[in-house]
Order: sequence, then structure tokens, then C-alpha cells
Amino acid sequence: MVGAVSEIEPLTTEAVMTAAGVGIDDPSKVPGKGTTTVAMDFGRITMAEDLILYLFGTPGQTRFWFMWDELIRGALGAAVLVDTRRITDAFAPLDYFENRGMPYLVALNCFDGAPRYDLDEVREALAIPQHVPLVLCDARQRDSVKHVLITVVEHSMMMLRAEHNRGEAAPVG
Amino acid sequence: MGQPHEDPRGALVRPYAVTRGRTEPLRDIAIEAVLLTTPTGVQESRFAGHDKQRIAAVCDGRPQSLAEIAAYTRLPLGVARVLVADMVADGLLALHGAALSDVYEERMELLERVLSGLRRL
Repeated sequence: MVGAVSEIEPLTTEAVMTAAGVGIDDPSKVPGKGTTTVAMDFGRITMAEDLILYLFGTPGQTRFWFMWDELIRGALGAAVLVDTRRITDAFAPLDYFENRGMPYLVALNCFDGAPRYDLDEVREALAIPQHVPLVLCDARQRDSVKHVLITVVEHSMMMLRAEHNRGEAAPVG
Repeated sequence: MGQPHEDPRGALVRPYAVTRGRTEPLRDIAIEAVLLTTPTGVQESRFAGHDKQRIAAVCDGRPQSLAEIAAYTRLPLGVARVLVADMVADGLLALHGAALSDVYEERMELLERVLSGLRRL
């Protein structure tokens, strides 16, 4: 997905996961192994001299949450890319973003050979709240990914405007 | 930039050995924070050690995020963060791109700019 729109070849950064950041893969059960290295892919779109958009892609398993905590700090929004062959993998990331108040949408990755689902069925199966956009996408196609990113930003703006209109004095983020 | 195995020490060096064991950066640097080598950094980074010299080379004349610095130098993110924070403190790198504003109008303006940028893609 990142590679479809990035102006650079997607890069990989490695982060060292310490015991504190570990979910289900508990390294304390592995003698002598206190840390694990995980990789994260990212891309870049230079929009202006003073504006660069970075796109970070991380796996959806809960043991990568420590990376998500890092990423959402400066993030404008998030897209949860759902593989139709493993729809239930999306539960954890959906909970994560919902609980943290991060604007997000769900993109159902449809590519040749993958099972097709009705969007309403998917929304119901994953209990996606009505205010969360659900879109179809082909993560390999530039125009499709572009559409997903535009929808993320539009959704972020809508959420921000709604919050502002409710007159909440609390800062966003 | 991008020579994968230019560092002959490779994986033989424990990740935090290059920071002399320090794992806490002097200041927090966001993963998307953008850094540019200062004129001082161009002149003096060669005296700051091999890894800092490589970082200064990566950010010389083209702004790069902490994520890109880590990727291009093949340093783990946490290690790159400690070194970059040192270099900002020493005036070798300039930190650009402030954190997201909490002010509604500024935040909205940023989102508008990103939206038009994406539409132009």
C-alpha cells in the first residue's frame, strides 16, 4: 500500500522491541532473549518545501502495538487494511484506534482471487461503527490507495470539525 | 546514501554500543520529525564519530525524517534517535517540523494542505 504512492522506494526501519512492549509474544518465556527486532515500512510524499507526508505501514497483530503508540503521536489518521481472507485479524487494530480517538477508516483489500464480500456484511461482522468510513481498495493500485488516503484526510477533517463544533475545549491529539 | 553494508562492523555491534549504552535520548524526537544538517554539521560532523558523520551525510542538503535516517544508516530506530538528539543539541542537525498543533484553525489548515497535495498526486 505504501509503495503504491510513495515517491521513494519504501524503506524499512527496525525497532527493537523490549519486554515492556511485548504483547502475546512474551520473550520472558524464551531464555536469554529479552528483545526482538521488528521492521516497519514507510514511504514519503513531498507536497511542498515545508510539507512532507510520511506513510507508515505496520503489521496488525497486537504485539506490534508499541509501534502504533509511536506512530499515532503525530499521525493525521489511519487506515486499517483488511485482508478478506483474514477478516477477523482486524478486530485488534479497530479496537486500538477506536479507543484512542484516532480518526481511522477501514479499507477492504480486494484483489484478484480474494473472496468478495458485501460492505454491509463486513461492517456488521467487524462491528465497525457507522461513523467510520468503509471503502474498497486494491493496495497495489496507485489511484486506489490515493483514494483511500484522501478519504482518511477528509474523515479526519470531519472528525475535527465535529469536535470543534461540540465546543470541546480539550486539545486534540 | 543507501549502501546497505557500508558499515563493516555490521551486526557484530550490539545496537546500543554506538551510543555507549545510552538508550534515553536527550530530547524526544518524533519518528516523522525532519532533520537537516547545519553548516556546522557539514564542517564538524567528521569529528563526532562514524555514525554521526553518516547521519550528517544523509541529511546534508535534503531534509530527512528520523525514520529515513534510521533506514539509510541501518541503525535501529532507538539508536538513531539517541544520536540525532545529541546532534541537535550539538548544533550539527536542525530539527524541522513541529509537532501537530492543538489549535483548531492551524490543524484544519494543515489537513487542507495535505488533502490538496493528495489530490494532485
